[in-house]
Amino acid sequence: MTPPALSFRNVWVEYGDNVVLEKLSLDIARGAFVSIVGPSGAGKSTFLRLALGQEEPTRGEILLDGEPIPAEPGPDRGVVFQRYSVFPHMSALENVMFGARCEQAPVSGMLAGRARRRAREEAAALLHQVGLGAAMKAYPRALSGGMQQRLAIAQALITRPRILLLDEPFGALDPGVRLDMHELITGLWRDHGLTILMVTHDIKEAFKLGTRVIAIDKRRRDPHAPNRFGSTAVYDFPLDEKARRTVPPEVAALTAA
Amino acid sequence: MRRLLNARPRGGARLLLGFLPIAALILLYLVAAQARHAENPRDKILPTPAAMAQSIEVMAFTVDPRTGEIPLVADTKASLTRLGIAIGAAALTTLVLGLGIGLLPYVRAGLGPLVATISVIPPIAVLPILFIVFGLGETSKIVLIFVGVTPFMVRDLAGHVAAIPEEQIVKAQTLGASTWLVALKVALPQAMPRLIDSLRFSLGPAWVFLISAEAIASDVGLGYRIFLVRRYLAMDIIMPYVAWISLLAVVIDLLLLAWSRTAFRWAHAPGGRR
Repeated sequence: MTPPALSFRNVWVEYGDNVVLEKLSLDIARGAFVSIVGPSGAGKSTFLRLALGQEEPTRGEILLDGEPIPAEPGPDRGVVFQRYSVFPHMSALENVMFGARCEQAPVSGMLAGRARRRAREEAAALLHQVGLGAAMKAYPRALSGGMQQRLAIAQALITRPRILLLDEPFGALDPGVRLDMHELITGLWRDHGLTILMVTHDIKEAFKLGTRVIAIDKRRRDPHAPNRFGSTAVYDFPLDEKARRTVPPEVAALTAA
Repeated sequence: MRRLLNARPRGGARLLLGFLPIAALILLYLVAAQARHAENPRDKILPTPAAMAQSIEVMAFTVDPRTGEIPLVADTKASLTRLGIAIGAAALTTLVLGLGIGLLPYVRAGLGPLVATISVIPPIAVLPILFIVFGLGETSKIVLIFVGVTPFMVRDLAGHVAAIPEEQIVKAQTLGASTWLVALKVALPQAMPRLIDSLRFSLGPAWVFLISAEAIASDVGLGYRIFLVRRYLAMDIIMPYVAWISLLAVVIDLLLLAWSRTAFRWAHAPGGRR
């Protein structure tokens, strides 16, 4: 049996007396599109930082394909942040080629001849897929917010990450643009057979896109010491086609608060 | 009637407005020089344009039989060499230290306080130390400029590099970049336009340190010349020299700006200014 793409085993994160996450255990299957929701301050970002390796759990372990994850970000885990995740000094094409350059030219960061041509073709193909075929030479400052996020996604895909982490990827976009992006990411997820972990505060988005929605929140509360208890997975919904269209009231209440 | 703060000069009016004070200043000088010469034809404090033209002829177009060189050319060569070496060394040091301090927590912890301490020392105050350590030759002048501008530039660049959004640094790592590639391909290109900016700002102080050092101990150089002829109240030489120094400063500034605009197009808004 193949191990889950990503698994959290009894993970705790504490800063002194402040417990952020407690007893968090979950497995994410290969090919899943998992949405993480929860009220602000519940530890959604901490959760993502753990998966990225930006932060280490106080207790417990995190496995990627059955192996403990390295304690720093690496090419096995791709990421798209809400903002600032493209390089302003590179054209769209160079931004996407960056991953190939790092892999194939770890000293000079430059490719030549056939390797360069191949990386360029691959990057161009990815840019066409995300709808930026006409903007390959443009610098990010000339692109709209939605186009920058398309670029950030294409850039993350070139290393073929084992899991793609999305941190509020569409949070800064206009509603219309957001709908286009939903279509784009669903298409890419299907075509590339991606495993996606998306943190969002938009509950509708979570249910619309995910094959599974996990809500994290504090299970216990001490009114005199709000940091005494940490968050954990309080709801876990595997979704079929029908379930995607309706948001359970208890989850809606959770994020409305 | 429109408020004064909403009234904007346009086109020709704007050019004329900018030209007027300069013209007025020149006119004022000419009138004052004329008046003084009417009283005393040998006046040296406000030389006439004709006297200045004559001095320019001697300093800039006549070979000095003692040295076999044109004084202005020799002075300019000496000064620009000192300035160039010092500024070049400062820029290189700034790149290495600025990237190190801005990117690497260990380097920041180790060198940050040292750079911060050095940058509060007034450079002219250490000039005697430089003269004692390096002698009165070229080295101490170059080191003075270097010491004067580098700490400020390092702090500025380190701050700029440290302000690169963490998202970018993390993203680069998820694309497989090592520390070296993050420095070379992510931080360095973004540091360059800032370094050029900071060089442009540092050139003002650099000229001050250059002229101070030349005034105190030198036998050639633009600063040496104006302090030398000061003894003879030779305003007819000092004023063209000051104008020449200003022109050099403006040209160097424009060259740096042009370099930044052509080599780092992404850092400048399509409209030009950034």
